[in-house]
Amino acid sequence: MMKVFLAIVGRDLRLGFGAQGAMMTTLLFFVLAVSLFPLGVGPEPQILARIAAGVIWVAALLAAMLSLDRLFQTDQEDGTLDLLAQAPLPLGLVALAKTLAHWLTTGLPLTMIAPLLAVMMQMDLAVMPVLLLALLLGTPSLSLIGAIGAALTLGARRGAVLVPLITLPLVIPVLIFGVGAVEAASYGLTASPHLLLLGAFLAGTLTLSPFAIAGAIKLALE
Amino acid sequence: MLHALANPARFLRLMGAIRPYAAAVAVIGLVVGLGWGLLYSPPDYQQGETVRIMYIHVPAAWMAMFIYAAMAVASATALIWRHPVAELAAKASAPVGAAFTLICLITGSLWGKPMWGTWWVWDARLTSMLILFFLYLGYIALWEAFDDPSRAGRAAAILALVGAVNLPIIKFSVDWWNTLHQPASVMTLAGPKIHPDILWPLLITAIGAKGYYVWVLSLRVRAEILQRQARILRFSAATDRRAG
Repeated sequence: MMKVFLAIVGRDLRLGFGAQGAMMTTLLFFVLAVSLFPLGVGPEPQILARIAAGVIWVAALLAAMLSLDRLFQTDQEDGTLDLLAQAPLPLGLVALAKTLAHWLTTGLPLTMIAPLLAVMMQMDLAVMPVLLLALLLGTPSLSLIGAIGAALTLGARRGAVLVPLITLPLVIPVLIFGVGAVEAASYGLTASPHLLLLGAFLAGTLTLSPFAIAGAIKLALE
Repeated sequence: MLHALANPARFLRLMGAIRPYAAAVAVIGLVVGLGWGLLYSPPDYQQGETVRIMYIHVPAAWMAMFIYAAMAVASATALIWRHPVAELAAKASAPVGAAFTLICLITGSLWGKPMWGTWWVWDARLTSMLILFFLYLGYIALWEAFDDPSRAGRAAAILALVGAVNLPIIKFSVDWWNTLHQPASVMTLAGPKIHPDILWPLLITAIGAKGYYVWVLSLRVRAEILQRQARILRFSAATDRRAG
């Protein structure tokens, strides 16, 4: 079972890192979106430092939405999804494998490049570990809830626009606790309540969303 | 009971029987409640006459949440028992719930201007209502995005359930976010307990709003059922023509 799981993750990773993969585009979008804010609100270091955490998180949310509509769609179009549904693995775990691959090609790279953007946004270097930890805990939830949206919109008209529309309201807690952790740390308070809540949210989405994703994929394959 | 209602014809008969009563509750409740509240209830000692906005604002907020809950229950019923009418009831509820949410947001904004001096405050309740509005719109958008109604119905049902699970978490996080960002100075509604002269018209209006929901829901579900029947008839007519 583990072998099949890892095989699906490996396949999606090879596709994701490959030339047609969306990883580089997603990263570029993330960097570009954050870079627009100093141009929009002005280069004053105090203002940038104040909004840095929020800007980075919002940009990460939007960047994670970018490649979501393709998560299951390409597989459905070429018939791979029908085969995956017959794999010796519950459909929920297949969905989890694909979502893990999505996180490894979006959430993780976003987290790794975030320190660079944080420096550009004049963020206090002391709170950097908290930002990274919050992104590490928060971005998997984005992929998981996003995968629900991606699976629900399979075969829908305007799927690419629809996914963010139905997903973004649902990931608001991630944004709030993610920014809250960084802000608490920057005020010299402990960030652990926020981080624990992010972890709890991840535990909830990790256990519940595979059922929703599998249900939605089954609908699309009927 | 549940399975009996899965028969659209029987459901239509039942709804036809309920509809006049629901309409009566709606008309009497809204006329009496709003008439009492807007014309005869005492003005607030602090807020003066503007407190009367509450008689529309608060029932609308209650209905916005109640209808989402009803939608989630109907969606669960539709998914678990493949209940075709429950699916249509959930679909028919969404625009009504979205309308009540919008009314709540607009009246809240109109109330906020004289009370807080601003049209919009990122207050926890306003923000949660705004997010609820987005959830309704996403649900409606998902229904509209498919050509096949049965596919749309079940996808939308899953979305409604995911939203229902997530809604308390969103509410909690928004409450917490608000207390983090703002001191509790903007909204001091924790004033005196509600006086019966205010409470009664409020409750009567709320009951009237519930009646209105049942009334409109029965009309909308009937329209949905008839629309589906018309669709089936059109299809069979087309195939007959090809066969003949």
